[in-house]
Amino acid sequence: MANINLSIDGDSVSVPAETTILKAAQQLGRQVPTICYHDHCTANGLCRICVVEVNGVKPLVPACLTPVREGIQVTTSGARVERSRRTILEMLASAVDLSQAPEIEEFIGAYRADRTRFPEAQRREYPVLDDNPMYIRDYSKCILCWRCVQVCADDAQFTYAINFTGRGFETSIGTFFDKRMPETTCVFCGQCVGVCPTGALKAKRESLLEQGLSLDEIMQATKGGKKKRRKSP
Amino acid sequence: MINPDRIVPTTCPYCGVGCKLELHIKDDYIYKVTSPFDGVVNHGNLCVKGRFGYDFVYNKDRVTVPLLRKTTQAPGTRTQAFDRSDWREVSWDEALDYTADRLVEIYNRDGADALAVYCCAKATNEDNYLLQKMYRALFRTNNVDHCTRLCHAASVVALQMAIGSSAMSNTAAEVIHSDVFLVTGSNTAETHPIIALQMKAAVEKHGAKLIVVDPRRVEMVNWAALWLPEKPGTDVPLFSAIAHVIIKERLYNEEFIRQRTEGFEEFSRSMEKFTPEYAEAISGVDRDLIVQAARMYATANNAAIYWALGIPEHSHGTDNAMALIHLALLTGHIGRRGSGLNPLRGQNNVQGASDSGAMPWHYPGYQRVDDEVAARKFEQAWNIEPGTLNRRLGLTTTEIMSAVGPGGVRALHIMGENPMMSEPNLNHTRHMMEQLEFLLAQDLFINESGAYADVFLPAASWAEKEGTFTNTDRRVQRVRKALEPRGQARPDWEIVCRLAERIEKRLGRPHSTFWAYQDPAEVLEEMGRLVPEYAGVKYWRIEKEGLQTPVWDDSHPGTPYLFIETFPSGRGKFHPLEYVPAVEMPDDEFPFILTTGRLLEHWHGGTLTRHSKLDDLYPEARVEINPADASRLKIEDGQAVRVSSRRGSITLRAWVTQRTTVGVVFIPMHFAEAAANLLTIDALDPQAKIPEYKACAVRIVPVREAELARPESRVERGRY
Repeated sequence: MANINLSIDGDSVSVPAETTILKAAQQLGRQVPTICYHDHCTANGLCRICVVEVNGVKPLVPACLTPVREGIQVTTSGARVERSRRTILEMLASAVDLSQAPEIEEFIGAYRADRTRFPEAQRREYPVLDDNPMYIRDYSKCILCWRCVQVCADDAQFTYAINFTGRGFETSIGTFFDKRMPETTCVFCGQCVGVCPTGALKAKRESLLEQGLSLDEIMQATKGGKKKRRKSP
Repeated sequence: MINPDRIVPTTCPYCGVGCKLELHIKDDYIYKVTSPFDGVVNHGNLCVKGRFGYDFVYNKDRVTVPLLRKTTQAPGTRTQAFDRSDWREVSWDEALDYTADRLVEIYNRDGADALAVYCCAKATNEDNYLLQKMYRALFRTNNVDHCTRLCHAASVVALQMAIGSSAMSNTAAEVIHSDVFLVTGSNTAETHPIIALQMKAAVEKHGAKLIVVDPRRVEMVNWAALWLPEKPGTDVPLFSAIAHVIIKERLYNEEFIRQRTEGFEEFSRSMEKFTPEYAEAISGVDRDLIVQAARMYATANNAAIYWALGIPEHSHGTDNAMALIHLALLTGHIGRRGSGLNPLRGQNNVQGASDSGAMPWHYPGYQRVDDEVAARKFEQAWNIEPGTLNRRLGLTTTEIMSAVGPGGVRALHIMGENPMMSEPNLNHTRHMMEQLEFLLAQDLFINESGAYADVFLPAASWAEKEGTFTNTDRRVQRVRKALEPRGQARPDWEIVCRLAERIEKRLGRPHSTFWAYQDPAEVLEEMGRLVPEYAGVKYWRIEKEGLQTPVWDDSHPGTPYLFIETFPSGRGKFHPLEYVPAVEMPDDEFPFILTTGRLLEHWHGGTLTRHSKLDDLYPEARVEINPADASRLKIEDGQAVRVSSRRGSITLRAWVTQRTTVGVVFIPMHFAEAAANLLTIDALDPQAKIPEYKACAVRIVPVREAELARPESRVERGRY
């Protein structure tokens, strides 16, 4: 199959058909920021931080899932793109606890995003769910990137224990009928913990260590699953 | 948020898949495990054991100082001591000197045959190489074996007889290149979870068709095009009927049979009687399913067979494995990417322990001990007088235990195994353990076997030592020291060397066979000089990714799949087969067939996982029973029942589930308080000496809740 030729920020590049703009840009050494995207998950273009300009296309397009086309000219930066990215970061910061998402924090600095731009915004706050011996779920830190849902499903585990639940602002990740994890189809592989970008999903032992427990206290910690813990600091 | 002091890449210590791990460590505490997404084996995916099951390292019950029993133990009155107050803490010098004295005393009095050792499929290649070297070179005994005898011995024997090699012929990840793959005797989703993910992806994303042959409705059946629910112990008639159909319908590969096999004519005649009707009558599998499976497998472009312990763990296990091998030889489905024969190895390093010579009939690299050329080669390498290595085949794991007593085995050295959970017919095993004159245990915890020991030597865990594991698809991978050993624990290879030096001195041998290794890398180099398949496996080559054996020299890239043009034995050999029923068939008194196996959350005898939070996830044994049987016996889900065989009896809860078929019950092997192996039969396969774990007759009766060992433990799980 013939390669597709395009230009990115003025530089020409030739890539196989079906390549995304993100991958073509990476081939040229351009760093397009991503948050929800993960190399080993199906891209969904949910967070929109990777938007770029394509000549002749009115809306900004997400680089992570837009395939290249012959002759297009892509611009990965510029005022419009940067304003867009900055606003996304400001909205995330206004509602979600990003304190354990160093990559997003870095973008906030790089794009000079104003964390206080939406002072009236309602914050997404949930109690920490501690219903099993292996990991905790702290959805106050969740940006709904969908990675955990995807690795639990067809991207890795084929187990389907978690999914989106609720709508609009109430959207969150949950189990069917809000069951505790041990009662779901969960096999505690922790693929979800492995791809979580914000610390919303975390090994329980890591969480206990953060709370200042000693090694002995962690080892003696009560059996998982019987009670909900206080929200971790 | 915790910033790790260091992140140490290593290999998972649980199953044979060999997943790559990164241990995140703060103040010597492993608080998190991740896996790199570019790793070739598991692509960042792990199972519950790999990701969360490492906390046994820190369990307060772990023994980290050498121990001697306070009261002297004698044959016939030997007892178990789980309580630390029964043991005296001693220095390494005292423990090793005492051990060397006792072993040498027995050797000088009763000779080589009085000593035996269980090596360990969880320990590294280097640990195992040195332990077998110690017993062979110093004590001149071949009574060296490990738990491969209890898992794939029959597969190994059958593969050696038919094609002259005994490892998986494909790389596990090649399953996406198969058009059809057959999984039998394997609950892959629980026992090789990461290979199961690749199998599910092969079906869901690559259009492969899956045939499952299993008496249990294992999770992989959810992805299967065909499920053949056979009765336990009927593999030979079932797979021979598939061969029968392939022959009758001329679906075999004539060119392959002519060029690469022998014995087809005679074999073909022996298959005459295995009609689908005959197989249906014995196995309970619908004849149409047999025909469909035969056509599906034979007409595929690339087809592979994967099997685990449901095939070899029978009194006719060698025949079972042979029946599978025949299918590949008939169709030529071997020697290509996605086409081959694949015994899924259970332990993280059972392939490696076997390669390293932890076997009674073979030196490292499957070189026979009764082969004069091989024996001379090892005599020279180990610097001992020509003609002095023992040329007689040693005893197997099961034979060692049966031989305990005056005139037989007097001293046993156990490195990391737990025969008091893993042997069949444990009441018999208990009796034999009691008859030992001396028992040395080398482990992390005082398990059911170590509790019988005179000396307990505290071993470093996998996270506390350097070494290599060889995974199920022959990939030799690095194990790295991430932590200092807890307390005074020491790596197994060091324990063996320090003990061997003391023994050598006491024996007064003129030359040393050499024990002054600087590090495990030096041990692997010595092994590489003796085992051609490992010649090119060097630490500097496997720092990032492992190499798949054979690796013939330092520039050889390794071998993803085997037998492209020829078999190690030249031609593949067909072997005529006869159907032999399981030794114990159900009757009026014991009407159910019991089959045993593993769970996702636990590991074998439970020494590691039952000292982990994994035990919170699955804290009790349950017997799986089909709803039709349960309703007939008026047994409800979760009810306490007693399961009895002619050899023993255990009490546990019932799990009423479609996972098992009518007339068949399943009990996992991990739980000491309801040990499945109290029930199993110690009948052995005549060739491979493997016990029949997968079929014996039992009866089930409801009992009161109070009769359970731990009524407070309840599994609450929604998973399949």
